[in-house]
Amino acid sequence: MLPIQPQAVQELLDKLKDRELYLHLELTNGAYTFERDRSKLVASNMIRNVKVSYSHGSISGSGPYRVGLKMPEGWIYAEGLTHYEESETEKAVLAGNDRDGKLVVSLMLSSEPF
Amino acid sequence: MERHVLIVFPHPDDESFTVSGTAASHLQSGTPVTYACLTMGQLGRNLGNPPFANRITLPAIRRAELDASCAAIGITDLRILGFHDKMIEFEDRELLDGKLRELIEELNPSLILTFHPLYSVHPDHDACGAAVVRVVEAMKPSDRPKVHTVAFAKGHERALGPADVQVDITLFLEQKVGSIKAHKSQFHTDPVFEGHSIHDPVLRERFATEKFWTYKFDPHPKKRG
Repeated sequence: MLPIQPQAVQELLDKLKDRELYLHLELTNGAYTFERDRSKLVASNMIRNVKVSYSHGSISGSGPYRVGLKMPEGWIYAEGLTHYEESETEKAVLAGNDRDGKLVVSLMLSSEPF
Repeated sequence: MERHVLIVFPHPDDESFTVSGTAASHLQSGTPVTYACLTMGQLGRNLGNPPFANRITLPAIRRAELDASCAAIGITDLRILGFHDKMIEFEDRELLDGKLRELIEELNPSLILTFHPLYSVHPDHDACGAAVVRVVEAMKPSDRPKVHTVAFAKGHERALGPADVQVDITLFLEQKVGSIKAHKSQFHTDPVFEGHSIHDPVLRERFATEKFWTYKFDPHPKKRG
């Protein structure tokens, strides 16, 4: 993965719009967060291989980036995105990794299930 | 000497810091060792830094790392059970327990190494230990293998007392460090990668003992409804 180039990600989001896609959306601060610092909460969520379709998608911010996907009756949103998989041309593979390289947020879209 | 040792953990890399030296020592004395790994760790947060894995490639990368770790330890019987990372506590218990029961019936281990069901921090760790305990507890007491658990949550020693099984693995540090290093995507920030030799006192101090708490089963269990 490479640091996000917003133009490349925007082109990919435009290409994938109005298609039936499988979504992977995940946010996590790590299962060990509370163990390391009792003032913190372990929080995470994941939605995997749910079918979605969006009519308009865009990336914004100056890094880390945000992505919002507008659907007929709702939204998909992720913040904190830092990296994208440059080799994928038919899938969006976006991640937000912290300074240690640990994944915090993952947003992926593909016409095949993950 | 044990008849057969079965290791049950949920994630590739769970074996490295916990049982790799103990497993190597059993293998050297001629005891077969089987490692059952419940998931591919596909939701692992470490992807290398800079990242060389992503959410799609991570399972295959971790599978290769697990093979390399087993090779470093000397384990040749690796079973991948195919459950999904982070979902063990939500998994259908009949399916999960059934797979473990099949393995135990097939291998007839005299010792199982797994996580403690209450003091292992990650929900998958606790759920893995709990599944092993459920399956072994349902066996006839005279047929049960010993279950040695790994525990490391804060307060585990207050709750469980000191570890009753402490294995000196000084002679197997090379295998242990090899196992840790095999998981490149996961442990890249560990000081073990700073070029310490296995003769370095810092490494010995940190890794020479593997600790376990023997799970105490009720010797006369009531039948569960």
